[in-house]
Amino acid sequence: MLKSLFFLVPCYLYQENNQEKILFITLDNLFSVLSFLKQHIFSQFNLLTCISGIDFLGIKNRFCVVYELLSLTFNCRLRVKIFIDTYGFLYSCCSIFLCANWWEREIWDMFGIFFKYHPDLRRILTDYGFDGFPLRKDFPVCGYIDLRYDPKKRLICSEPLELSQNFRMFVFESQW
Amino acid sequence: MLLKKYEKIKNLQNFTINFGPQHPAAHGVLRLILELSGEVILRADPHIGLLHRGTEKLIENKTYFQALPYFDRLDYVSMMAQEQAYSLAVEKLGSISVHPRVQAIRVLFCEITRLLNHMLAVGCHALDVGAMTPFLWLFEEREKLLEFYERASGARMHAAFIRPGGIACDLPLGLLDDIYSFSKQFIFRLNEMEEMLTSNRIWKERLIDIGIVTAKDAITWGFSGVMLRSAGLPWDVRKAQPYDGYDCYDFEIPVGNSGDCYDRYLIRVEEMRQSLRIIGQAINFISSMQNVPICNKIESKTFMESLISHFKFCTESFILPKGETYLAIEAPKGEFGVYLISEALENPYRCKIKAPGFGHLQALNFICQGHMIADVVTVIGTLDIVFGEIDR
Repeated sequence: MLKSLFFLVPCYLYQENNQEKILFITLDNLFSVLSFLKQHIFSQFNLLTCISGIDFLGIKNRFCVVYELLSLTFNCRLRVKIFIDTYGFLYSCCSIFLCANWWEREIWDMFGIFFKYHPDLRRILTDYGFDGFPLRKDFPVCGYIDLRYDPKKRLICSEPLELSQNFRMFVFESQW
Repeated sequence: MLLKKYEKIKNLQNFTINFGPQHPAAHGVLRLILELSGEVILRADPHIGLLHRGTEKLIENKTYFQALPYFDRLDYVSMMAQEQAYSLAVEKLGSISVHPRVQAIRVLFCEITRLLNHMLAVGCHALDVGAMTPFLWLFEEREKLLEFYERASGARMHAAFIRPGGIACDLPLGLLDDIYSFSKQFIFRLNEMEEMLTSNRIWKERLIDIGIVTAKDAITWGFSGVMLRSAGLPWDVRKAQPYDGYDCYDFEIPVGNSGDCYDRYLIRVEEMRQSLRIIGQAINFISSMQNVPICNKIESKTFMESLISHFKFCTESFILPKGETYLAIEAPKGEFGVYLISEALENPYRCKIKAPGFGHLQALNFICQGHMIADVVTVIGTLDIVFGEIDR
């Protein structure tokens, strides 16, 4: 029944792998698809579990935003995916799911994906005045600034990071 | 001049104060900006991220084995539940099956973790509200449970015991007997604590009708776990989408009806009793089964080639097939999810952690509005937030 429902939704791809249902949609349809899935009597995906961002560095539509929906009535999970490019933006779905607020703020903070019509789009997890988007793949693990307490000045001061050795990642040809 | 000054003071109506980040009732490093009208809260704006350690970024740069210990450090009062979520996600991606005995050991320790978490939640909640004794009593019991952790894994808190593919090592001799005798006496400790709190007039006055969340609100705010069940929705991932053989255990899900803080307290206590039931069944299950070699190390200790292979396996880790999965478990605080993406490398391409506390804390403004300032403490206590998982 659920599968036939997805023919009603304007999606360009429907996948099912590992018994997980994934719906690929475009930006224009985000709002209508989410409200349809939430309100339709045969889907009732009324609980938004989380929204996560992914950065596929190197492809044209670089960012992927993933909405995890849960239907308590049908005990079913659904993943809705949207791909956008580096300068793209998304529409906020706070008006459909109240809990989207912080998840969208987190994605804005971590990936720099802008959410249009978001009621309160501030950074959330990083420090006040932080610069850059840490979960992007081109952001280094060690970051750019070094924060330390200066006992002489009695101040917390931030300086450009200087490391004698960079973070090293060992990737060998593995036999498995 | 004097008259003007008087007028200015009169115009001041709302008062904005900082609650935390060093306030002990903020349960860690929560900076809460409260806008007050008298003692009534108009707006509560939580500022989080003071404990942000970039776990998700670090996991992307570690192998699957190395990423595991980060999960202990997320919610540092329910360690093994998160290890289990990550391990299950890796196992699902790699289509790895786990022996039933190992699953039972996982269940046993996850229920111990639930006890640990709820004891801290109820104890600290009572402490915040003003009752000191239950906190001290429960921490004594917690210490015993942490000892079981230590005996199984070697670490009191950050166990890294449940691993992708199974568990770190078999249980030591006599541990099951001790857990059994603990569970026998713990019921009395629980009763003692309930005698102190459940019918206590002050406790009831502070909790009943505070922080009411209706079922509709709980759904739109994306609640899970105790927060959802207190609103009357019998949703538990252990029952709805069983993992690690939870469908073989006989237990019940306590559900509230008014959705206030007192209901959530009662649910937590009842969940502890149900956990004890599961622990008893798991102990029987484990001891009824033949001891299986969890990892056959004899070969790697006698043949050189196997040793090399074992070494490379441990240092270079393994490669999971390309794919992605979202796996949710019923952590003590609510639904803890791991969204894992593998690009056929030895490290995860992306590992999103869905922390239950993050979802609950954002509703704080909604729950607190119109309450008195002292009730904020009650609400924070009942949300059962730990900043390790919220800030990640």
